[in-house]
Amino acid sequence: MSNQSVLILSILIPLIGGIGISFLRTAPNLREACTLVSSIVLAFVVYSLLPRILSGETVNITFREILPGLALEFNVEPLGMLFACLASGLWIINSLYSIGYMRGNQEENQTRFYIYFTIAISSSMGIAFAGNMFTLFIFYEILTLSTYPLVAHKQNSDARSGARIYLGLLIGTSIGFQLVAIIWTYLITGTLDFTPAGILKGKIDPTLLPILLALYMFGIGKAALMPFHRWLPSAMVAPTPVSALLHAVAVVKAGVFTVLKVVIYIFGIEFLSETGASTWLIWVASFTLIAASIVAIMKDNLKAVLAYSTISQLSYIVLGAALANSLGILGGGLHMATHAIGKITLFMCAGAIYVATHKTEISEMTGLGRKMPFTYAAFTIGSLSIIGLPPFAGTWSKWYLALAAVDTSSWLVIGVYMLSSLLNVWYLLSIVAKGFFAPSSEINDPSPETIKEAPLLCVLPPCLTALGCIALFFFAEGIVDLLRPIVN
Amino acid sequence: MNFILPHLPVLQVAIPLIAAPVCVLFTFGGHRKLAWLFTLAISWVCFLIAVALLSRVLLDTDISYAIGNWPPPFGIEYRVDPINAFVLLIISGISAIALPFARLSVEKEIETDRHILFYTSYLLCLTGLLGVTITGDAFNIFVFLEISSLSTYVLIATGVRQNRRALTAAYNYLILGTIGATFFVIGIGLLYMVTGTLNIGDLAERLQPLSDNRVVHAAFAFIVIGMGLKLALFPMHVWLPNAYTYAPSLVTVFLAATSTKVSVYVLLRFLFTAFGPSYDFVTLTFEFVLLPLAIVAMFAGSLTAIFQTNAKRLFAYSSVAQLGYMMLGVSLSNIPGLMATILHIFNHALMKGALFMALGCVMYRLGTVSLGSMKGLSRSMPWTMGALILGGLSLIGVPGTVGFISKWHLILGTLEAGYWPIAILIVGSSLLAVIYIWKIVEVAYLEKGINREEIVKEAPISMLAPLWVLVILNFYFGIDADLTTWVARNVAETFLGAGA
Amino acid sequence: MIDALISHYNYWLIIILMMLGLYVVVSRGNLVKKIVGLNIFQTSVFLLYISLGKVTGGTAPILTGKPEAFSNPLPHVLILTAIVVGIATTSLGLALVVRIRESYGTIEEDDILIAERSEDASKINGGSG
Repeated sequence: MSNQSVLILSILIPLIGGIGISFLRTAPNLREACTLVSSIVLAFVVYSLLPRILSGETVNITFREILPGLALEFNVEPLGMLFACLASGLWIINSLYSIGYMRGNQEENQTRFYIYFTIAISSSMGIAFAGNMFTLFIFYEILTLSTYPLVAHKQNSDARSGARIYLGLLIGTSIGFQLVAIIWTYLITGTLDFTPAGILKGKIDPTLLPILLALYMFGIGKAALMPFHRWLPSAMVAPTPVSALLHAVAVVKAGVFTVLKVVIYIFGIEFLSETGASTWLIWVASFTLIAASIVAIMKDNLKAVLAYSTISQLSYIVLGAALANSLGILGGGLHMATHAIGKITLFMCAGAIYVATHKTEISEMTGLGRKMPFTYAAFTIGSLSIIGLPPFAGTWSKWYLALAAVDTSSWLVIGVYMLSSLLNVWYLLSIVAKGFFAPSSEINDPSPETIKEAPLLCVLPPCLTALGCIALFFFAEGIVDLLRPIVN
Repeated sequence: MNFILPHLPVLQVAIPLIAAPVCVLFTFGGHRKLAWLFTLAISWVCFLIAVALLSRVLLDTDISYAIGNWPPPFGIEYRVDPINAFVLLIISGISAIALPFARLSVEKEIETDRHILFYTSYLLCLTGLLGVTITGDAFNIFVFLEISSLSTYVLIATGVRQNRRALTAAYNYLILGTIGATFFVIGIGLLYMVTGTLNIGDLAERLQPLSDNRVVHAAFAFIVIGMGLKLALFPMHVWLPNAYTYAPSLVTVFLAATSTKVSVYVLLRFLFTAFGPSYDFVTLTFEFVLLPLAIVAMFAGSLTAIFQTNAKRLFAYSSVAQLGYMMLGVSLSNIPGLMATILHIFNHALMKGALFMALGCVMYRLGTVSLGSMKGLSRSMPWTMGALILGGLSLIGVPGTVGFISKWHLILGTLEAGYWPIAILIVGSSLLAVIYIWKIVEVAYLEKGINREEIVKEAPISMLAPLWVLVILNFYFGIDADLTTWVARNVAETFLGAGA
Repeated sequence: MIDALISHYNYWLIIILMMLGLYVVVSRGNLVKKIVGLNIFQTSVFLLYISLGKVTGGTAPILTGKPEAFSNPLPHVLILTAIVVGIATTSLGLALVVRIRESYGTIEEDDILIAERSEDASKINGGSG
C-alpha cells in the first residue's frame, strides 16, 4: 500500500466501521465486534506508517483548494504520528472497555454511542494528519460536534446542561478566537501550511505577536487553559468510556496537539523565543497548573478530580510549548503520550468502580481497594505515573520538561513543577490510601459483601494500560527518537 | 435553435409571464395536478435559460438585449452581466428545486379550490423577480418589483388556512412594501429629472458630473430607503417575521431564498453601477448608515431569534441577521467584503431554502412548527431533522459548508478595511446562531417525545428529495467554491473598478 | 427666493400631499383609511412625474407639422403604468381587508392586535403550543 492510501484509510476506517455499526444495530454482539475489528484494523494501518516515518519518509496529500491557498491537505509528521498512534492504540483498549461498561450499566442508545465514537476517532485522525491549519480546524470542529451527542448521552437535564457548556465553550472559543487568529494569519502570510520554521517570521509586527498567540491559545479551548477550562468538568456527565478515551486522550490531546502544532509550525519556536511573545503564556499555564490541582484537592467526585487533574496536566504541555525550546517541545510531546496512558487508566478504574458499586464520591470509596484489588492496583500505578515517579512513564516527560525549564533558566517554572507534583501526590494518592487502608464504610453501604470486581472487560483494560505505564518507562526513548526530527 | 438563442434574455421573463394566464385556464376542469406540473416545467425551462445565460456571460461577454428593437438608452434594455445572471440562476434554481416539494406541501396547506390560482400567482412572482434582475431600465425595475410584490402579498395571504394571521401579515407587508416601492420610484423620478434617462448604464455616465447635485443626493436617499424596506434592512424589517411565519411553507422557502436577495441585488446595482463608491455621499452612507445598521441587524436579529418559540419565526429573525451580513459586506466596499455579499446572496439562498423546506416537512406531518411540538421529533423524522441540523451548521458557518465561505470573506473584508472589532462582532454573532440552532437540536434530539394522537412518520420522499438536494448543495459549494468565488470576484472587481 | 418658491409651487404641493398620505398611513388604525393614505401618497408621486414632464408652453406631442414645443411624453406614459400598479395595490389591499373583516370581525388595527394577543395567551394556557 502506498503511504497516501494508508493515510486516507486511517481516516476512513473508523467511518466505515461506523457505517457497519449502524447496519448491525439490531445485533449487539456483531455491532461490538464491528467496533473492535475496526479499531484493530485502524491501529494496524496507523502503526504500519510508523516505521516509514521513523525512517524519515514524508507523506503528503493535497486535495482540491477550497479557497486560494486553502486546501484540504494531509501531511504526516512525527508529532501527528505520535498522536495518531496514541488515539488508535488506546481505541482498541477502550473498545473492549466500552463493551464491558455499557453492558454492565445497561445504557440506552448504545448504537448511537458507538457510531459517534467512530466519528470522533476519525476526526482525531484527521487532526493528527492535518497538513495545514485550515484542515486541522475543520476536523477540530467535527470532533467537537461529534462528541456532543456522547456527552449528552444520558439525555437528562444534567447531561443537557453539561453538554451545553461543553459545546458552548468549545465552539465559542474556536469560532470566537481561533478562527479569527487563523484568518488573521492567512491575511498576513497568505498561507496556513504547517512549515517547520513557522510562517509568521518577518511578516508580523512583534508587538502584535502576543495577541495573535493569545487568540490561538485561548481559541484552542480543548487545551483547557484557564479561564476556558469549564467544559472539561462539565463533560464528565458522559459515560466513563467517553471520559476515558475522549477526555483523557482524543479531545484534550487534540487540544494540546494543536497548541504544539501552532507553536512549532505556525509561529516557529525560534521566532517565539527570540521575540519572547510566549512569556505571558508561561504565567497563564503555570497558574492553570497550580489552580487546577488545588481545585482537584477540594473535589470529592472522583471523575471531577480526574478532570481537574487533566486540566492541570494539559498545562504542563502548554508550558512546554511556551518555553519555546527543543527540550520543552520534546517534553510536551512525550507528556502527551505518558499522560494519555496514565489518565486513561485512572478513568477506566473510576468507571470500573462505578459499574461495580455505583459510587461516584471518593468519600464513599473507603476500603474498596481490598474488595477490588486489581482495579486499585491499576489505579495506583496510573497515579504514580501521573505524579512522575520512576519506574513509570510519567517520569520522563516531567524530566524533559524540567530540563527545558533549566535550559531557559525559568526557575519559577521549576518551582511550579515541584509544587504541582506535590499536589498530585496529595489528591491522587489520598484516593489510593482511602481505598486500601481506610475502614470500609459499612454505614453507607447496606451490603458490603456483595461488592466485588467489575466485569472482566471493565477490569482488564485498565490493567493493560497500567502495564503500559511501566513499559513506556523503558521505551520512552523510542518516542523521543520519533519526535527529535521536529526540533532539529 | 439559433433562432432562439439571441432571444434568451427576453424569454427568461416572457415565458413565465405568458405561462401565468395560461395556468389559469386549468381552472376549467380543475386540473390541479396539471397546473402544478405546468408550473414545474416552466420553472425548469427558466432554470435552463438562466444556466445558458450565465454560461454565455461568463465565457463570452455581457449581453445587451433591446426590447422591441428600440436601441438603448431609448428603449428598454435587458442587460445580462455576471451578477444578474448569477441572481437569475439563484431564483430559477431555487424555484426548480422547490417545486417538486410544492405539490404535497401545497395540497396540505392551501384550500383545494385555490391551488391553480396559487400557482398562477407563483408564476407571476417568479416573473417579477426574474424581471427585476434582468432588466437594465430603472423604471422597468419598479414595474417588475410591483409584479413580484403584488403576487407575493397574495401568496402570503394563502397561508390563511393554517392561521388567519397570514391575512394581517400580508396586509402589513402590502402597506410597507408599497411605501418602499413608492420611495424607490420617487428616487427614479428624481434621477430622471436631472439626467433625462432611465437606462442604468446611461444613468451612471450622466451622473458623473452631478455628484454635488442635491436632487441626486435626495434620489440616492429615496432609493436606499425604498430598497432597504424591501430587503428588510434593520430597522425596516418589521414586515418580514410575520410574513415568513404565516406564509405557506413553499412560499416561505421561495421568498426567503430569493425575494430579499433580489432587493439586495437592486441595491447593489444602484450603489455600484449607477452611483459608484467614488462619490462622497455614497461612501458616507456606507460608513455611517449601512455599516452600523448592518451590525445592529446582525445582533438584534440573532438575539430575537434566540427567544422565539416558533421555528419559522426563529429562522425569519435569523434572516434579518443574515441580511445584516450582506449589508455589512456592501458597506465595507472592498473586494472581499463585496465578494462576501455576493457569495452570501447565493449561500444564504441555499441554507435558508434548506431550513425552511425542512420546516415545511415538519409542517406537513405535524401541522405546526412550534418548538414545543417538535420534542423528540428526531426519532420519527430522522431525515428531516438531520437536514435541519446540517442546514443549521451551514447557517452557523461551520467549515465545509457554504456559510463558512461567506463568513471567511466577510472577515477578510473587515480585516482589510482595518475594522478589527467588527471581525470579532461577526464571530460573536455566529455564536448567537449556535445558540438558536442548538435550541432546536436539544428539542428535537434530547427531549423525550411527546404523546401524539397519531404516529408521526417521516416526510414523503418527494419532499425529502428536494430538501436533501439543497442540503448537499450546501456542502458541495462549501467544499468546491470555485464557481461561486470566481463569479463573486469577477463581479466585485467590476463593481469597484467601475467606480474607481 | 420667493420667486423660486412660487415658480416651483407644484413641488411644494406634491411634498405636502406626500406627507399627508404618509401621515395617514402611519397614524390611522382603520385598515381602509390606511389604504386611502397610501393612495394619496402614491398620487403625489404620480403628480411629481407628470409635472416634471411638462414644458412651459408645450402641447401634447402630436405631430401636426408646425414647429411647436412639446411636453415630454415619457413620464406621462410611465405614470400610466404606475397608476395601473396603484390600482392593483389598492384593490388587493381592499380584498385583504375584506378577508380580515370576515375572519376577525373588525378592521381596526387595535382590535385585531387584541384578538391576536388573546389567541396567544389561550395557546400558552392550553399548552398545545
